[in-house]
Amino acid sequence: MSKPVLLVTRRLPENVEARASRDYDARLNLADTPTTPAGILAASVGADAILCCTSDRLDAATVSALPASVRVISTFSVGTDHIDLAAAKARGIPVCNTPDVLTEATAELSMLLILAAARRAGEGERIVRADAWTGWAPTQLMGRQVSGKRLGIFGMGRIGQALARMARGFNMQVNYRNRSRLSPELEQGAVYHDNDASFLAVCDVLALNAPGGAATMKWLNAERIAMLPKGAVVTNAARGTLVDDEALIAALRSGQVSFAGLDVFAGEPAIHPGYRELENAVLLPHLGSATIETRDAMGHLALDGVDAVLAGRLPGNLVV
Amino acid sequence: MKPRLVVARQMPPSVGARIREEFDAPFPDGMDIDAETALAQLEETKAEALMFTSNIKMTPEFVARLPARLKIAATCSVGYDHVNVAACKERGLIVTNTPKVLDECTADLGFLLMLGAARRAKEYGAIMQDGWRRGFGMGEMLGVRVWGKTLGILGMGGIGRAFAARARGFGMKVLYCNRSRLPAELEQGATYFASLDEMLPHCDFLTIHAPSTPETKKIINAKALALLPKGAILVNSARGALVDEEALIEALTSGHLAAAGLDVFDNEPAYDLRFRDIPSAYIFPHMGSATHETRRAMGYCCLDNIQAVLAGKPPLNPLWS
Repeated sequence: MSKPVLLVTRRLPENVEARASRDYDARLNLADTPTTPAGILAASVGADAILCCTSDRLDAATVSALPASVRVISTFSVGTDHIDLAAAKARGIPVCNTPDVLTEATAELSMLLILAAARRAGEGERIVRADAWTGWAPTQLMGRQVSGKRLGIFGMGRIGQALARMARGFNMQVNYRNRSRLSPELEQGAVYHDNDASFLAVCDVLALNAPGGAATMKWLNAERIAMLPKGAVVTNAARGTLVDDEALIAALRSGQVSFAGLDVFAGEPAIHPGYRELENAVLLPHLGSATIETRDAMGHLALDGVDAVLAGRLPGNLVV
Repeated sequence: MKPRLVVARQMPPSVGARIREEFDAPFPDGMDIDAETALAQLEETKAEALMFTSNIKMTPEFVARLPARLKIAATCSVGYDHVNVAACKERGLIVTNTPKVLDECTADLGFLLMLGAARRAKEYGAIMQDGWRRGFGMGEMLGVRVWGKTLGILGMGGIGRAFAARARGFGMKVLYCNRSRLPAELEQGATYFASLDEMLPHCDFLTIHAPSTPETKKIINAKALALLPKGAILVNSARGALVDEEALIEALTSGHLAAAGLDVFDNEPAYDLRFRDIPSAYIFPHMGSATHETRRAMGYCCLDNIQAVLAGKPPLNPLWS
């Protein structure tokens, strides 16, 4: 019996592609060419399953037009914004994703952003790179201490909770803002705030770890920034849409926010040009989950979903 | 009358303010001066105390020329590889340093180096400098996870233990190598290795927190690096002299080490520029203790030692006792 056909829309980690090729008649995208809806439709003719990424656009029209052979869509991501779930449901095509496996890598990146911003990593690096280092001095590149400070986590899901655990190793006092209060065993001593004012007032460091979408659109705006203690450090490892860029850039200029560490941006990769001129902003190109371990785990989980659906089982990572 | 003090290095404003209040110093905010200028100022001001850093090398020759009235020299650093202890001892000069107050910030920075090295912060930073004009494949430019890995700590003093506390928050298994085993309450579950060679093969990450001494010179050499597993990551926020830089460059370029995070170098500030051109070398200009909080605490620690000695009391942080 021939193997089922699996369309893999983008390049995936080596181990994942190897498994896909072992278990399926895999159509790989070895050149990693970006896809178009038309391209996906053409490539999925005769395919039993599609393994896609956030860069693919599977809107209602595309999903409705998928060949009848397609029995499952599995996305190499937690987010499913790029797939029209209602259309998939209407077609009776199950959609799987990769929850949970990004937690530690993204929380680690949050901690990296906090440390890099507060300790002026970008400026330090630029000095050594330019061979402009004049030697150790007691007043050189003084940043802000991270350990022992008050950390505010906006969005206390799995990633926020992992960040809280890491921050406790730095002796930080953890405060959080969330739709609802966590149980004491998940809270681990973190202080819940049911309003922005009391939360923001204690954020020596503010870490954004909430999902994007309409509910959090430009949550960090000028009004909320003004509620932070003067000189607070702000980091965002969640979604660029959480931040009002104009307001944050103004605050970084005025010193209301002393340092920022950002891994995500509205409109990325075309980020707000104002960030580039700021010495006190550490910028990274959305690498929250970019570790070998995490990307392998994501790929394996996405393939588990395909395996299950094609074998007639209920996948553990089913979205619809 | 306020006691007289010479400050041989520029100090943060908070430290300058306290000097102005408590001491008679020609330059309360400090000046970056060389050994000759320091000697001249000590002579001229008849100061009994000197506040300095590694900018002044306390060689036997320099110590011999110090005015007899100088009672204490306080270095605004925890390291004192710039001080010839034997010569100071013989001269009867009290020398103090600033231990403990920089443990937390130095451990923070060490951890930043570890995370940044693991997550390829230098390469990604360069991509941002170039304007981030492209996306990355899901299998491209991947770093390694820190969470749950095994960490080896060489030198389990205050900074090493602070690093260990942070590592536990990342679910890391902590190993350490030290001259002697720590009591259980300081060990906090870390596994002791008397032999560095025996610890190294287990280390996904190795971080150095030992002092620079003749015994630790180039302790991380080609042989030690070869004992680390392939893909390991080295972090050095202690002193450059502990690492054989030729061997490290070789290990990074061959790919035996996945990355290194370095805050210190054998020759500072004229560090080996080859590190600049190695994408996997995440490097900083010796800023382990560079926070407003810690630099103020270091400055105050020097002043507390000076006040104690000038009041006829024993120093709080003598280099020897």
